[in-house]
Amino acid sequence: MADYEERPLLDDDAGPLIRPYMASGGRTTPSASLDLLTLVWGTGRVALSHVEPEHAEVLLLCKDPISVAEISAHMRLPAMVIKVLVSDLLERGAVAALSPDPSADTTNTTVLEALLNGLQRRL
Amino acid sequence: MAYNGDFEAAEPRSQGLPTALKLLVAGGFGAGKTTFVGAVSEIEPLSTEETITTASIGTDDLTGVGDKRTTTVALDFGRITIDSQYILYLFGTPGQDRFWYMWNELSEGAFGAVVLADTRRLEDCFPSLDFFERRGTPFIVAVNEFEGGHDYGPEEVRAALDLPPGVPIVGCDARDPRSATMVLVTLTKHLISAASATV
Ligand SMILES: Nc1nc2c(ncn2[C@@H]2O[C@H](COP(=O)(O)OP(=O)(O)OP(=O)(O)O)[C@@H](O)[C@H]2O)c(=O)[nH]1
Ligand SMILES: [Mg+2]
Repeated sequence: MADYEERPLLDDDAGPLIRPYMASGGRTTPSASLDLLTLVWGTGRVALSHVEPEHAEVLLLCKDPISVAEISAHMRLPAMVIKVLVSDLLERGAVAALSPDPSADTTNTTVLEALLNGLQRRL
Repeated sequence: MAYNGDFEAAEPRSQGLPTALKLLVAGGFGAGKTTFVGAVSEIEPLSTEETITTASIGTDDLTGVGDKRTTTVALDFGRITIDSQYILYLFGTPGQDRFWYMWNELSEGAFGAVVLADTRRLEDCFPSLDFFERRGTPFIVAVNEFEGGHDYGPEEVRAALDLPPGVPIVGCDARDPRSATMVLVTLTKHLISAASATV
């Protein structure tokens, strides 16, 4: 039975969301703390055939490390749905994930110099 | 050593993983954000929908029922591989003003921002400027030169937008990868000098 409190469908703008949220069983709260830029990669420990189709699709995409944002874009599903699917896979040990360090120093000049060099190489 | 969680057991992989860096591209409606992100990205520009909670937004939440409303916004993003250690992700912020609160989450961990100013409607970028100024996120202004727009000089733009002298202003064509990359170079140089100034 659907848990109506958890349903994100009461928003005026949410009409087209009904389908996407089915993929996560209507859940909108991932159990792990994941960011758009969390990198996810398969551990190879759970076979594709042992997970639900949507989970398998995620698993296929993260053979190499890939961000939650990219998975979301490729699957054309909202980031929140992907976060739910990824946290399911995390619980089963099918994927591992690394989230950006929230305390990372955004004024670190070593990082900024690397960024500058990388960008200038593209000119 | 035995791990209970598979999460930990797979952790060694994280040693060689690149670090994701984030820059934002903001500006008014139709200022060229999507075009800009697409021009510099090495992947086709992608878009994602992020869900946000609007519970704490607005001043009229007097009902006390803790009504948790969610809404989604579309974000464009692109990726540039910097080197073996860093990947740059560029996010185009939602254009509509009513999604400004989304920027808080999005600007978490961002190194800096490009504010695109559209020469036909300079004032449209005021909300972006206000936001980054208040948040203390360093930014530069890139003037996207549209046909039919007024041909502003940088100092005219500075005066019109009331920008402090330290904020770089550059012209750009968001459709041109080289021009858009130059904007990112200018931003990064600005970030380096801002970082050195605060030490
Ligand atoms: N002449 C000119 N046209 C541009 C430039 N950048 C973008 N455009 C055009 O302007 C239109 C809007 O550009 P978008 O990139 O979609 O703008 P946006 O900021 O993403 O728009 P919203 O997401 O709707 O706020 C498109 O038709 C672009 O082709 C530019 O530098 N010069
Ligand atoms: Mg756009």
